[in-house]
Amino acid sequence: MFLAALLALAGCASTGEERDPRDPFEGLNRGVYRFNETFDQYVGQPVARAYVKVLHQEIRARIGNFFSNLADPLIGVNNLLQGKFTEAVNDWARFAFNSTIGLLGIHDVASDWGYEKHNEDFGQTFGWWGAASGPYLVIPILGPSTLRDGLGTGLDIYTDPVGEIRPIRLRNSLVVTRGVHTRADLLEAGRLLDEAALDKYVFLRDAYLQRRRSLVYDGRPPREKLE
Amino acid sequence: MKRLFAALLLAPVLATAQDVAPDVLVKSVTLEVVDLIAKDKDIKAGSRAKLVEVIEAKVLPHFNFNAMTALAMGQNWSKASPEQKKRLTEEFRTLLVRTYASALAAYSEQKFDFRPLRAKPNDTDVTVNVRVLQPGAQPVTLDYSMEKAAAGWKVYDVMIGGVSLVANYRTEFSNTVRASGVDGLIKDLQTKNRALAEKK
Repeated sequence: MFLAALLALAGCASTGEERDPRDPFEGLNRGVYRFNETFDQYVGQPVARAYVKVLHQEIRARIGNFFSNLADPLIGVNNLLQGKFTEAVNDWARFAFNSTIGLLGIHDVASDWGYEKHNEDFGQTFGWWGAASGPYLVIPILGPSTLRDGLGTGLDIYTDPVGEIRPIRLRNSLVVTRGVHTRADLLEAGRLLDEAALDKYVFLRDAYLQRRRSLVYDGRPPREKLE
Repeated sequence: MKRLFAALLLAPVLATAQDVAPDVLVKSVTLEVVDLIAKDKDIKAGSRAKLVEVIEAKVLPHFNFNAMTALAMGQNWSKASPEQKKRLTEEFRTLLVRTYASALAAYSEQKFDFRPLRAKPNDTDVTVNVRVLQPGAQPVTLDYSMEKAAAGWKVYDVMIGGVSLVANYRTEFSNTVRASGVDGLIKDLQTKNRALAEKK
C-alpha cells in the first residue's frame, strides 16, 4: 500500500531529466529533503546548538554514552543474526560492564578494556543476508534511507529499548534528548557538507549510499576500482 | 644556473620521499600536522589562513590532484581540453583544501590508530588504513588510496568512514557537465570557492 502510494507519487514527480537508477523517486525525495532542511534549519539546528551551548562537553559525552550503551544489546542481536558470534558476545559484554561498573552506561569502561563499539542495525543485517538496498528514500525528519534501510529502521524503532521505558513522559523526554544529542553530534558534519557539496542533495545521497555499503561489509566492501 | 642549484638542493628531499613506505609517510605527515596545529597560537585562535598554509606546505605535496580530478570527472575527463583540465584541477584543489581545513579545525586531540600495511613489497597501488579513535563511538576510518610515482607515494583518494571523497563528486560533476558542459562545471566550482572565501 505504502509502496503503491510512493510509486504513484514518483510517477507524478518525474521530470524529463535523465534519472539516477539508484534514485527513481528523486522528485519526491527532493520534496521531502526540502521539508527536512527547513525543519532542521528552524528546529533541529537551533535546538542542537542550544544543547551544545548549555551543556559542557563532559556532560554531553556522558549523555552520549548512556544512549550508546542502551543500543549495545540490539547491536549484539544484529551481529548474532549475521553469524558474528564473537562480535555479539563483545557487544553484550560491553553492555554488562558499562551498565554496572560504568554506572548505567555513562562511562564507557568497556572501550578502555578493549571491547570495541560496533555499528549494526537491522538494515545492515538485511544487507548482510544479501538484500539489495533498493531505491533511495528520504524519510521525513529522519533523512536519507533506502527501501531496505527504511524497513530496518522500522524494526530498530520497534525493538528500541528506550520505547519500553515507562512512564510515558520519561520515555518521551529520553527519545527527544537522544534525538537532540544525535543532531548535535552531526553539527560539524553538516557544516562540512555545506562547504564541500555543489548540490547538497546529491552529495548527501551518494555519501549515504557509500557509507551504508561500507557498513554492511563492516568497512571492507569489495573494492570498486574507479576508472 | 639558479634552477640547477634548486634541483641540487631538492635532490636529497626527493630521494628520501621516494624511499619512504606509504604507511610510514601517512603516519609521519599526520603526526607532524597534528603537532603543528596543537602548537600554533594563530590556528588555535581560529586562523583559517594559517591552517591552509600548514596544509599547503605539509600535506598537499603528497596528493596527486590531477589524478583526483580525473577520477572525479570519470568519462568526462577526456572531453576536457588541456586548459579546462588545468582550471578544473585548480578549482577542485581549492575546494578540497578548504574542506580539509574545516575538518582539521574540528580536530580535538583524538587518538590515531595506524594500521599495519597489507601490501606486497613491489605493489605500486596501496591503501593505507588509519582509524581515529573516539570514546563511546565506533572509530572513524580514514583510508588513503596511494599510488607510487617518480617522486614518491601520492594520495589519489581518501575514504572517510567508507565514503570515497573522489567518488562522491562523480554524480555532481557528471550532472553539471551534462547540463552546462565542462565550462559550466568550472564556473560552478569557482562560484562555490568564491562564496566560501567570502564567508570567512
